[in-house]
Amino acid sequence: MMKRTLLIAAAILGLSAPAFAAGETPVPPQLSWSFQGPFGTFDRAQLQRGFKVYREVCASCHGLSYIAFRNLAEPGGPEFSEAQVRALAAEYQIQDGPNEAGDMFERPGRPADRFPSPFPNENAAAAANGGKAPPDLSLIAKARTFERGFPWWITDVFRQYSENGADYLVALLNGYVEPPAGTEVPAGGHWNAYYPGHIIAMPKPVSDGQVEYPRNEAGQPQAPETVEQYARDVTAFLVWTAEPHLEARKRLGFQVMLFLIVLAGLLYFTKKKIWARVGGEVEGHATPPMTHNP
Amino acid sequence: MAETTTHVAEPTRRDFLFIATGAAAAVGAATLVWPFVQSLAPDAATVAAGAPVEVDLTPIAEGQIVKVFWRGKLIFIRHRTAAEIAAAQDVNVATLRDPETDADRVKADHAQWLVVYGNCTHLGCVPLGNAGEYNGWFCPCHGSVFDTSGRVRAGPAPINLPIPPYTFASDTQIIIGQEATA
Amino acid sequence: MSQHSTTYVPKSAFGKWFESRLPIAGLVHSSFIAFPVPRNLTYFWTFGAILVFMLVAQILTGVFLAMYYTPNAALAFQSVEHIMRDVNYGWLIRYLHANGASMFFIAVYVHIFRNFYYGSYKAPREVLYILGVIIFLLMMATAFMGYVLPWGQMSFWGATVITNLFSAVPVVGETIVSYLWGGYSVGNPTLNRFFSLHYLLPFMIVGVVILHVWALHVPGQNNPTGIPIKSGKDAVPFTPYATIKDVFAVVVFMIFFAYWVFYIPNYLGHADNYIPANPAVTPAHIVPEWYFLPFYAILRAIPDKLGGVIAMIAAILIWCLMPWLDTSKVRSTAYRPLYKQFFWLFVVVCLLLGWLGSRPAEGWYVIMSQICTAYYFAHFLIVLPVLGFVERPLPLPNSILESVMGVQKGGAGLPSGANAEPQTKG
Repeated sequence: MMKRTLLIAAAILGLSAPAFAAGETPVPPQLSWSFQGPFGTFDRAQLQRGFKVYREVCASCHGLSYIAFRNLAEPGGPEFSEAQVRALAAEYQIQDGPNEAGDMFERPGRPADRFPSPFPNENAAAAANGGKAPPDLSLIAKARTFERGFPWWITDVFRQYSENGADYLVALLNGYVEPPAGTEVPAGGHWNAYYPGHIIAMPKPVSDGQVEYPRNEAGQPQAPETVEQYARDVTAFLVWTAEPHLEARKRLGFQVMLFLIVLAGLLYFTKKKIWARVGGEVEGHATPPMTHNP
Repeated sequence: MAETTTHVAEPTRRDFLFIATGAAAAVGAATLVWPFVQSLAPDAATVAAGAPVEVDLTPIAEGQIVKVFWRGKLIFIRHRTAAEIAAAQDVNVATLRDPETDADRVKADHAQWLVVYGNCTHLGCVPLGNAGEYNGWFCPCHGSVFDTSGRVRAGPAPINLPIPPYTFASDTQIIIGQEATA
Repeated sequence: MSQHSTTYVPKSAFGKWFESRLPIAGLVHSSFIAFPVPRNLTYFWTFGAILVFMLVAQILTGVFLAMYYTPNAALAFQSVEHIMRDVNYGWLIRYLHANGASMFFIAVYVHIFRNFYYGSYKAPREVLYILGVIIFLLMMATAFMGYVLPWGQMSFWGATVITNLFSAVPVVGETIVSYLWGGYSVGNPTLNRFFSLHYLLPFMIVGVVILHVWALHVPGQNNPTGIPIKSGKDAVPFTPYATIKDVFAVVVFMIFFAYWVFYIPNYLGHADNYIPANPAVTPAHIVPEWYFLPFYAILRAIPDKLGGVIAMIAAILIWCLMPWLDTSKVRSTAYRPLYKQFFWLFVVVCLLLGWLGSRPAEGWYVIMSQICTAYYFAHFLIVLPVLGFVERPLPLPNSILESVMGVQKGGAGLPSGANAEPQTKG
């Protein structure tokens, strides 16, 4: 009976989950990332390129309000030099004050300042962008996800898949394709293959060759200057802004796991030794029906 | 003998004393609870922030739904098209879960303006405008469907989207939070 | 074999002086050192210790988070990001606390289902068991209010949906809700009072846990055979035998815990909660935390608002009646072949309800929720009472020792008759 119930349950789960996962929007393809898995780290060059894409493309509309300039020099991130960060910060004008006269004033940025937002407030952002404010990007890689359906949500636990946000962002940035014939795209909307509901307010943000990448000795760009590559680089950068301590977390995690496993091993043998005093550990019950004592 | 007399004579007086003392203490305890319970209610500043708000209707195009806040609550102001008004009026009211005619839900001579609270009467989510079977609202949380008069037509919501108190100051301006004085 | 004294005798002069004024060492000795423990307990019995560890861990991490967290609607989200980014090891403490809630519930569900399987709720442990249900209710309230504190989209809308449940109460519902909110909608006063209560309730849980442990030490622990300790040979002293086993189990559980914290810390959360609360936009799917999903499915299975709320509350309160609904004379499901099948069916139904709670409330999902909800209640109201009469249990062993070792074998335990459990209808 129990087996039958399990079978029925499995059949129901198996049947309905894919139907749901198929849904309307396709599931973004899974990419391979340097920061995946228990020993993952960020690719510094990629984060630096990603920052360049953010700055030259995204920053005109999207804020990065939880990030300070100093973060760009901190370990585990793009690791720009202190001097680079100071120079970068000074390029921005930051509102400060009030001064002795009681007025607010602008001054060049310092490393401790946060990135100034492109709009003074959300209403201004919405007004300037056809009624929908562009979201702040600091946390976007953790604030977006997609449903993978059964049984992937179980296997994801074991393979530590937590890059759904990143995969979605890359898919979205590459998702500006021609709408299927006969689809009506409302004014102010744009067709995107991966955006839930397909009609997104953001126009295609970047095109091939738009951002110039650092050159190597041969004068060739460090990475292809394509939308595909821009999307990956800026996404990696945004994963870092969302989770700036990712590297520290995984490093500490390995040490903690190692310690706990050794401790558990020691405890296991200590326990065996202690229980040996009473003739060893016995658990549970004999498998019934047992031979009954008259 | 004397002891017996005392035993008989005293009880009523002593019982009364016990009851009176106990009752006084209970009243005191209940009174003490009162200010603590009342402190949980909306405070004076919150109540004051609920003063009426004026909304200018001129920028709201036909077919458009605008969201405003009053007392921290979301309110939809919907400029209904002729087709939407007709759809709202052409309903057998007796078949509705919460029977109300469309005329009861708008102000006289202002049938194009529908003003309703913007939280689903089921569990408070914000329904999506121009969606659902009746093209009124559709709640994404638990699937309640509202028509172009904000009346519940399907799903778990028990009652229609309530109408906040409001009045027309002029043909292009309403005051939310204030009932007509006339 | 060493002598296990059952009474505590202070050795030092200070010990004697202190013990005659506050006999706490004697209490600890009798409860956690000399206390007789059935020798056949499995690892399912270590979850009590794991839960104590989780409670302490949650309180500790929570106290440190509260040093940086700001319970204000305008600042809460920012203060959590400040903890995650700038506070030294803030990310660790917050991930421990957030994932700790899930670990706490995993452990408590194992604990509860162990109790269901081995009939631990039956006489003479009814009060012990009902105290456990109270702890579970307090945990749910604490977890719910804690989830509101980061003030993300799911915090805000979860709070809105759950507090609106009270509006289903006839007549006074709307008033109750405005008293919960401290306003006309979920807002700053709501966040503030939730923080206050989220800080208070764990200490109330500590209080009920003390009663729970106290009530455990009166009849003693149940065991896989369900039959009481009959002689000293059936038991071993709590320390060191149960202590070392508990410590080992806690450390193994910590490995499991650490895996989530360090490698997939956001897996059990919702992406929407990294978007600041916005009262004008509802997330596409409002889903509670996984540990509430079965009850959420029951809520949505009933098409009537008040009915749904009543069913959801009844789904937990019905647990309190189990000691009387279960008419079987045998405790342990190991000796109940028929009930064993119903038990596993019940487990499957609970898991299904959990999965259904995460699905949108439409079409097939609603019908399945309704079937599962009906079975959930039938398990308590029909299966438990009827099975006690129709089932023929397997013969019980004469003693724990006989069950696990055969009659004559076996090492030293407690002196005989050390702490026989009161005889019950079993």
